[in-house]
Amino acid sequence: MIPHDLEWNIAVRDSRFGDFGGMFIPETLIHAVKELESAYSKLATDTAFRKEYLTWVKQYAGRPTLLYYADRLTEALKGAKIYLKREDLNHTGAHKINNAIGQALLAKKMGKRKIIAETGAGQHGVASATIAAKLGLACKVFMGEEDIKRQQLNVFRMQLLGAEVVPVKSGRGTLKDATNEAIRYWASHVEDTHYLIGSVVGPHPYPTMVRDFQKIIGLEAKQQMIHQEKKLPDYVIASVGGGSNAIGIFYPFIEEEKVRLIGVEAAGKGLDKEHAATLSKGSPGIIHGAYTYLLQNEDGGIAPAYSISAGLDYPGVGPEHTYLHKMKRAEYRSITDDEAMDAVERLSQLEGIIPAIESAHAIAEAIRIAPTLTKDQIILVNLSGRGDKDMNTIHQYMEGEGV
Amino acid sequence: MDFVPFITAGFPNETLFKKILFMLEEEGAKMIEIGVPYSDPLADGPTIQRTSLRAIEQGITLSKIFDIIKEVRATGLTASLILFTYYNPLLQMGLEKATEQMMQGKLQGVLVPDLPFEESPLLKSALAPYHIPLISLITPTTPIHRRNMLAKQADGFVYIVSSLGVTGERSVFHQKISSLIHEVKEVASVPVVLGFGIKQRSQIEDMANVLDGYVIGSALLRRIEEVENQVASDNISLSIEEYEDRYVENVRQHVKEMQV
Repeated sequence: MIPHDLEWNIAVRDSRFGDFGGMFIPETLIHAVKELESAYSKLATDTAFRKEYLTWVKQYAGRPTLLYYADRLTEALKGAKIYLKREDLNHTGAHKINNAIGQALLAKKMGKRKIIAETGAGQHGVASATIAAKLGLACKVFMGEEDIKRQQLNVFRMQLLGAEVVPVKSGRGTLKDATNEAIRYWASHVEDTHYLIGSVVGPHPYPTMVRDFQKIIGLEAKQQMIHQEKKLPDYVIASVGGGSNAIGIFYPFIEEEKVRLIGVEAAGKGLDKEHAATLSKGSPGIIHGAYTYLLQNEDGGIAPAYSISAGLDYPGVGPEHTYLHKMKRAEYRSITDDEAMDAVERLSQLEGIIPAIESAHAIAEAIRIAPTLTKDQIILVNLSGRGDKDMNTIHQYMEGEGV
Repeated sequence: MDFVPFITAGFPNETLFKKILFMLEEEGAKMIEIGVPYSDPLADGPTIQRTSLRAIEQGITLSKIFDIIKEVRATGLTASLILFTYYNPLLQMGLEKATEQMMQGKLQGVLVPDLPFEESPLLKSALAPYHIPLISLITPTTPIHRRNMLAKQADGFVYIVSSLGVTGERSVFHQKISSLIHEVKEVASVPVVLGFGIKQRSQIEDMANVLDGYVIGSALLRRIEEVENQVASDNISLSIEEYEDRYVENVRQHVKEMQV
């Protein structure tokens, strides 16, 4: 069942989440961002557009996704019941398609026939290339050279779908640099191009709009949970890079004060070493057009982030997460590469489900806390994507570890 | 129409940067833009990205730049200096401290490419006690009502961006640029300067009677890189002073040619 009362953020009038968010972008882009804000505000209240989006996510992406009781994992941990929201079962294998569909429909309504996107792990790039193919839009995907090496298969998938993958050499050649280059390209082609940002980051209205396109995850999960368990979960856990899958599942639970929301960032090689734990270790500043937490040096230079997961090594975080963190409505914890890889293995072997390494960070946190809880408590984990894209990385890691 | 050079602070190194500032003043620059190198310069093309990275690697930071500026002021540089910086370095230093430093360095303005009008009140109020203007940018995509609003409230001067996209040399500008300059000029009560993409004065000579200034940035920085390669490949053994003099004199020739 898909919730029909998909409430959109009607009041896009506010560009901030508390102190965070805003639009810190060059004047060249202001008009495009305002045009987007006004188009989105109009469509957000338009019943026909809402129906169109719901039809697409149903018929094309395959929603609703399952709420799945992981009974063997639960038994092994001897604690709380663990449920997985199976976003990995979406077309293209991750939650990214929910947002790609929404923004591509919006771009078309705005008369823009070209889209650009940035990608780290390649999941958002693939989702954008996919919907661009289906809607007949031209698509360019900016991807760091380092990520291109790590995610060869996704590069080929995007090309097969008819997209052009633009390698980004600047910086470390990862997601942050791909985003910089996409913004620069957008500034030059803003008159006919829509920038389809893949997470709840960037200038207003992106964090609000992307959250609205992703909150179907939480709306479905809430209904499914009430239907299957007759109650709400005690914990909702999701991984956080930029934070779109997390905000998507959190959002409808924010008003449910008894539900604890836990975002899991990448601790990489350890919080005292290389990591991507922006909310645990960062400080407020500007990244990609938003005032939010980021990893930076004392002079305000953006510091590199690291995670074994190409989708989590982002030195910023969506401004709404920073707000939830400051308000103490959500807690942000972190999981190391090693803990995430253990979770990949356990979920694979106990449930026959190979998670994306990103999602494995959320699984790992569930594995950590489940034994401390009682059997009548419930943990809801967002399984944001499948692990097929990560086979090379997982294989290399396990060989290196001598597993 | 005045020549307004832009140079990345601390590029190619601290000593040469200071010498180039004095040379630019000698070559007629009444106003110089000093770029604060930033790790993620969203409004900049490859040349400024490259020179910024090099300056950062040499330890150039915003506070170091303020020290350099105070030093060149003390040794006699009188040209107007405009600080071109992304917003995050200012935020991390703290707006009060940063603006106080600007006052001490006798800066005549600050330009923040990622701080549009909507987000500017905090910095404006920090600048107000020192009467340092925050320079407004107007671009070919700025709608008319917004353009008029920006031009009317502009302080110091108005910076018109010649083209869409990032900084870097171009052979053609946005097709609307000439009419845009005329329209801004009618509304603004402060000087109007054109920047982004200009390689030399002759490209915009037909706008000389309307424009008050033109900014040359990437082209100047690229000439400096060329001079460096050339001086290095000349293969003559020079003392450090001779090397620096030769370097600056070679850049001077390019600066003269740019103004033709």
